[in-house]
Amino acid sequence: MPPFIETASQTAGPYVHIGCTPNVCGIAMYGGDLGAVMKTGPVRGEEITLTGAVHDGMGAVLKDALVEIWQADAAGLFNTPHERRGQADPNFTGFGRSAGDMNTGEFTFHTVKPGRVPWPDGRLQAPHVSVWVVARGINIGLQTRLYFADEEAANAEDPILSRIEHRARAETLIARRSGPRAYRFDIHLQGPKETVFLDI
Amino acid sequence: MPPEQMPPPPLGGFMARNRAAQPAALHPPYKTSVWRSPRAPLLSFPSSLSEETGPVFGQSLLGPLDADLLSNFAAPGETAIGPRIIVHGRVVDEGGRGVPGALVEVWQANAGGRYRHAKEGYLAPLDPNFGGCGRCLTDAEGHYSFRTVMPGPYPWPNGGNDWRPAHIHLSLFGPSFAQRLITQMYFEGDPLIPLCPILGAVTDAAALQRLVATLDMQATIPMDSRAFRFDIVLRGRRQSVFENRKEGL
Repeated sequence: MPPFIETASQTAGPYVHIGCTPNVCGIAMYGGDLGAVMKTGPVRGEEITLTGAVHDGMGAVLKDALVEIWQADAAGLFNTPHERRGQADPNFTGFGRSAGDMNTGEFTFHTVKPGRVPWPDGRLQAPHVSVWVVARGINIGLQTRLYFADEEAANAEDPILSRIEHRARAETLIARRSGPRAYRFDIHLQGPKETVFLDI
Repeated sequence: MPPEQMPPPPLGGFMARNRAAQPAALHPPYKTSVWRSPRAPLLSFPSSLSEETGPVFGQSLLGPLDADLLSNFAAPGETAIGPRIIVHGRVVDEGGRGVPGALVEVWQANAGGRYRHAKEGYLAPLDPNFGGCGRCLTDAEGHYSFRTVMPGPYPWPNGGNDWRPAHIHLSLFGPSFAQRLITQMYFEGDPLIPLCPILGAVTDAAALQRLVATLDMQATIPMDSRAFRFDIVLRGRRQSVFENRKEGL
């Protein structure tokens, strides 16, 4: 095998749904799409809905993007066998995947508001959801984060938010309340409202 | 392997991504990338638990035919039309360690280059016995394998006469969300490879070569299926732990 350098990414292309959300594009497979259900029973914490859309540099909504999220449970614990700090909520997967609506491009996640997770030095990060976006025209998946507008004190001391040099750009990572227990988070790939993307 | 037996990721953050071996976000010959590429630089940060953990999937996720695209959409007793192939390889990290329990999802066009998708209108016909998607988990050493038909090249509205090389899309989950990867594998000897603007976004010749699966006669099953080998490398961790990382974090 050649040297161990990360395999080059390639665009997910316009038909990513065939492989990742086959049921969305009419291929009945697997008894349901991976990541479509994040809550498998009664969950702890505040149940919330996240909606939004991905926009291109001309302001048009992408109707062929795939958005994935990964987050802690309400106590700040991750549902993985590698979680060493305690037992995460067994009825909450922490992983969501949405192809968006085929006509409007809007994605929706029914999830819970995450608890705080430590930074490597032990400080607490503000509640956040990790977001990964792929689509036709995106050559390598884009990592970003969703934070919550009603967590002002925590956001102010978050290691990532507080280090964004241009304060207006930090706002691109803040989801706004759009209803009872609902937040809206729009992702702009390019342009004046361009979302901060992370190289982590 | 039960997820509980998957070895924990080593401590320490991820090594910075080798961007030279990755495609640029903006590659104008691939026209859609022009309005879908960020203009601001990416913001660099050390990884935290949010990136070092990720969803882990167990065997209970999988059905018996999930890795067999010849059969998983076919009517009983039928099989997809096209050259029968096995695609297999090993998933390792940048430390060269096999990645067990990695979920590999694949999708592709049929033998004529036609995808089963509502937004696809290429005049080549659908194959009633081919869906075009499959998935599997890597074994204890990181090996994966699936059966399918060799996909056909496919025209697309980019330049005036652009054709994608035969390719299979792959999506991979390592144990960490920072390792999330979607890529495409191509086939050894395909003359369309150097003409493709999507592949052209990868300017490192060695990185491009690693996207090309090789004919593997040793794994070929006589009178049944040819085999192609495609190895995959996911991002790796630094060897040393963070000096100020508290015990147990």
